[in-house]
Amino acid sequence: MAKIREKKVPMPEQSAEERIKNVKEVPLGYTPEMAIEEAKRCLQCKPREGKEFPPCVEGCPVNVPIPQFILAIREGRFDDAIKIIKERNSLPATTGRVCPWENHCEKACTLGKRQGYEPVAIGWLERFAADYERAKGFAIPPKPQPNGKKVAIIGSGPAGLTAAADLAKKGYDVTVFEALHEAGGVLVYGIPEFRLPKEIVKAEIEYVKSLGVKILTDVVIGKTITVDELLEEFDAIFIATGAGLPNFMNIPGENLNGIYSANEFLTRLNLMRAYEFPKYDTPIKVGERVAVIGGGNVAMDCARWARRLGKEVYIVYRRTGAEMPARKEEIERAKEEGVHFMFLTAPTRYIGDEKGWVKQMECIKFELGEPDASGRRRPVPIKGSEFIMDIDTVIVAIGQSPNPLVPQTTPKLKTTKWGTIEVDEELRTSVERIWAGGGIVRGDSTIILAMGDGRKAALSIDKYLSGQDRSWKFKAEG
Amino acid sequence: MGYLIVKKVDLAPTIKKFEIQAPLIAKKGKPGQFVILRIDEKGERIPLALMDTSPEKGTITIAALEAGKTTKKLNSLKEGDYIANVAGPLGKPAEIAYYGKVACVGGGVGIACIYPEVKAFKKAGNYVVSILGARNKDALILKKEIAEFSDEIYVATYDGSEGFHGFVHLLLKKLIEEGKHFDLVLAVGSIPMMKSVAETTRPYKIKTIASLNPIMIDGTGMCGCCRVEVGGETKFACVDGPEFDAHLVDFDLLMTRNRRYIEEERIALEEYKKVCGCKEGC
Repeated sequence: MAKIREKKVPMPEQSAEERIKNVKEVPLGYTPEMAIEEAKRCLQCKPREGKEFPPCVEGCPVNVPIPQFILAIREGRFDDAIKIIKERNSLPATTGRVCPWENHCEKACTLGKRQGYEPVAIGWLERFAADYERAKGFAIPPKPQPNGKKVAIIGSGPAGLTAAADLAKKGYDVTVFEALHEAGGVLVYGIPEFRLPKEIVKAEIEYVKSLGVKILTDVVIGKTITVDELLEEFDAIFIATGAGLPNFMNIPGENLNGIYSANEFLTRLNLMRAYEFPKYDTPIKVGERVAVIGGGNVAMDCARWARRLGKEVYIVYRRTGAEMPARKEEIERAKEEGVHFMFLTAPTRYIGDEKGWVKQMECIKFELGEPDASGRRRPVPIKGSEFIMDIDTVIVAIGQSPNPLVPQTTPKLKTTKWGTIEVDEELRTSVERIWAGGGIVRGDSTIILAMGDGRKAALSIDKYLSGQDRSWKFKAEG
Repeated sequence: MGYLIVKKVDLAPTIKKFEIQAPLIAKKGKPGQFVILRIDEKGERIPLALMDTSPEKGTITIAALEAGKTTKKLNSLKEGDYIANVAGPLGKPAEIAYYGKVACVGGGVGIACIYPEVKAFKKAGNYVVSILGARNKDALILKKEIAEFSDEIYVATYDGSEGFHGFVHLLLKKLIEEGKHFDLVLAVGSIPMMKSVAETTRPYKIKTIASLNPIMIDGTGMCGCCRVEVGGETKFACVDGPEFDAHLVDFDLLMTRNRRYIEEERIALEEYKKVCGCKEGC
């Protein structure tokens, strides 16, 4: 047998100089030859003793049959490859781009554990299979026999779409309610065009709709229709409203002009296409020196967007690079694109000009102390280390909280002190026939974990509605 | 498709009223709430107060003053046209209850916003005094409709062409000084107008409510674009408001924040004028 190559087959990508001048994707995708070459690296592991799946599949929140689809690619059976993926994952072109594989399948990859070897490029192969199918037009799967049961899904983000697709495949009559004018949730308002082109999200949503899922936009559950009304009309409800409430630091000057939440900044650019103003009506105003506060993926997205608008960009983070929660890949790309990093630093107040626009920010330096609850070393402010920095745009990307609209208008749903909805291990809430998952349960989440929740909820809903298991652990009092 | 415009009425030369088919919103909308609409695929999302709802007909009514590109474009739409998106009802409903004597003060297009509340306050048994302000008598809207539900009605115009000559808050002040007693004042209009009303009632310690109109995008608390300061605390007007205790609102901040895109608004309007096709060139 030929020796297995140590490194992944590299994926062609736009150079940093080139890509900061456009909003196109950075990695360009594998050719069929590259994909076959990479697929040959897979060891085709079997499940370990006592496990249901091979390690990579165990590591995947939606349990995509990874060795099988990679084998299909290796043998040039690309149609089979995507069919295998879609058994478990209805949004493969999305996860093939923005899933943090290094924390899931690729982390578990047996090959990657060998000295000197990189794991198989599972994410890139998934993307290849999805793009291959999209290019030739996706196959509409046969419609299952309708079972006459109706499920309402609140939110059309990754959790909602996944649950919708899984349930539709089982014959449920599924309606997804979306508050915004476009379906996709964080995939359309949050993730930048250059990481996940909106055309791709649209195509994925078309696929979900082709399964028979109805998506109603402009419906704000809690306002337009209440959860109680949905309970009358539907047999089950899955709440997947996400973590869309931006956190601010509550420091002086935070409401000055030029200070955005990451959500506002990204929504203007992604959903409303402000980068094409005045062709599109929504504007965005970004100064010359931009500070992005925070060290997560959202902070990287904001920083990289600002670079594409031609600005000088500083990531300001209160711990060090080692503690940054963003994906390594995103941090690397941000660095390549010329984003500056200021570690162990955080703003303490903002200073405005006479017209109410931010012009400076006062920061304080930190040092790392003892580990905190998250296991990361706690940043401790250094007395007297304050300094002033000239800045004319600030993007606050320090995380989000669960969106309170549904819990607030549905008082019988038990919530935690963080405002997340309480669920049991099968994502059942305190109210019978209501499940919840994704950001509204996890607080800040990732796309793949939200999708994993969507899948889990769909399984539990099916078990309940088909009568296999009608138990309800979290029965509401009274 | 979208949401059908069933009826369009000119309230004033630059203020149009639209009755729009939106059955779900019509069923739920309450006085004080608003909708967010987007005219077409390239449009921005703008909040507009609900002026009326008809659950039976499945329609809602809004009124728009032509200011920028979006409102000009909206006002150029005709009966039978569609609006791409309308979402709502958003925000908290007004706290309609029996207070006693309620003054509803509306300025300009703000008169359309007080209309449903005048009705509701009256229905709740209040003695309602409506005070309407406009640039001149031609710009004054809904006088007859509001009079129908008001125990007393007063008008102020800047140019004196009708009623009291001067700003509406000065008329309110005059009424208070003449001995009129109010248990609650509602003010909806321009930011300077609402600020002035708040300053007028503050020395008399009359509870005063203002409906704020910050820039919004989603209207569901997701973006924080609409943040305002009330009593020193940051609030999201879209979910915590839009109505707040006017004596606690930082109106200067609201004014500054609402001017964020003044340059872009001008550019958008210039571009629109080139293509809008109307004879006045907008």
